[in-house]
Amino acid sequence: MSDNLLHTPLESVHVELGAKMVPFGGWYMPVQYTSILDEHAAVRQQVGIFDISHMGQIVINGAGAEAWLNRMLANNVAKLQPGQGQYSFLLNERGGVIDDLIIYREAADRFFAVVNASRIEQDFFWLAQHQPEDVALANESDLWAGLAVQGPLAAAVFARLFTGVALPPRNGILRFTHEGQELVVCRTGYTGEDGYEFFSAASHGPAWLKAFVAAGAKPCGLGARDSLRLEMGYPLNGSDLSEDLTPIEAGLGFFVDLEKGDFIGRDVLIAQKENGLTRKLVGLQYLEKGAPPRSHYAVESTDGQVIGELCSGVLSPSLMTGIGMAYLPMEFTKLGTVVNIDVRGRKFSAKVVKKPFYKPAPKQA
Amino acid sequence: MNIPSDLRYNNSHEWVRLEGDVATVGITDHAQAELTDVVFVELPAVGRQVDMGDPTAVVESVKAASDIYAPISGEIIEGNPEVEADPALVNTDPYGKGWIFKMRVKDAAAVEKLMDAAAYQAMIS
Repeated sequence: MSDNLLHTPLESVHVELGAKMVPFGGWYMPVQYTSILDEHAAVRQQVGIFDISHMGQIVINGAGAEAWLNRMLANNVAKLQPGQGQYSFLLNERGGVIDDLIIYREAADRFFAVVNASRIEQDFFWLAQHQPEDVALANESDLWAGLAVQGPLAAAVFARLFTGVALPPRNGILRFTHEGQELVVCRTGYTGEDGYEFFSAASHGPAWLKAFVAAGAKPCGLGARDSLRLEMGYPLNGSDLSEDLTPIEAGLGFFVDLEKGDFIGRDVLIAQKENGLTRKLVGLQYLEKGAPPRSHYAVESTDGQVIGELCSGVLSPSLMTGIGMAYLPMEFTKLGTVVNIDVRGRKFSAKVVKKPFYKPAPKQA
Repeated sequence: MNIPSDLRYNNSHEWVRLEGDVATVGITDHAQAELTDVVFVELPAVGRQVDMGDPTAVVESVKAASDIYAPISGEIIEGNPEVEADPALVNTDPYGKGWIFKMRVKDAAAVEKLMDAAAYQAMIS
């Protein structure tokens, strides 16, 4: 490939499996193999597998790691016991989201962060700029291949491949050795279903993808990944989060700890809490069948004023109705508020609903 | 890939079946396979005059909205209510129940200038 795209170590397997490959965030990635609807259903009902090798891994090590991370991140890493992880944010001084990530504590002074593909360089640069002497940083993003195995049967697939290895509990991390290989498994995902993110040395990635597929996981592309995450109301950085929007505006205040002491962006978040917001991210769901809502479609009040635009939108494969998210002025954010979404000049009525749009069956662990 | 020999094709992957001065239009088997799961079809208004190449209908998959172009000039006389109700027909029966609209053509001879099955086959292979 003589393009400027980055290539995942699993590309040859994707091609072998018949994937349709597309550029995504600077990477050449599978958007689907057979059908987004089938892949989506596989994750909701059985088990699917996604290549997440494009995502980044940053290791933070040292005596000062906990105290420093608590100044760099919005959530409270002091709450994590070794083996536990949490969703968190790297914020700029304006409280805007540089990245949303999951940070795991592996030991008292060692942390493992999994970050968005498109933000690896910004994240690492930002961290390195603020790095104190008693903390070491390593960008391991190129070293790891990543697979997200998701769905009600994900744990059964793991048990088939790793006899005697117990998956960590929800949000947990386990680093283990298997036939001489160092592997990492994190009990998390981006679909709302039970599952885990699995990391191996990049060179071993293709064999692991084949092994998981042979053990029953259906290969799934970014198309299904997007419809699955949006049914859960999970934000996608770059679409639903940006450096100009705070986690409070995104409705993600649950993952911010304003009481833990100072961190970058905290003043802005406190001011928003005290003074109130002017806009907030809401979930919108069509009242009737209609053309699939998509990002950048205008959102209008029922009297025809443009009040915002969709940052994400999709025809929900589980609900078979249009769903989307938009930052709207506060007067339009009350549950049940009806707005119109403009699709090529046609208006489809939608109402503000609580997220998630879709509730998966209860998970184990 | 199914390419019936009795139809005409254009380079934006619509097919045309001409009966008298009425042309039935849909998208090819190749196009439906590329678009994958069709989840929504937006039909043109009956009575609308369209020129060859005008965006006339929209077929949407989960991932993208794709314009369907008029392969010929004329007046829209009917949209297929079945694909509006069950968009997957475009995938399962692209040359049959999955037709999208019918038009009264201005110049039936112009249809002959569109690609035949062999030429369309050559274009997509």
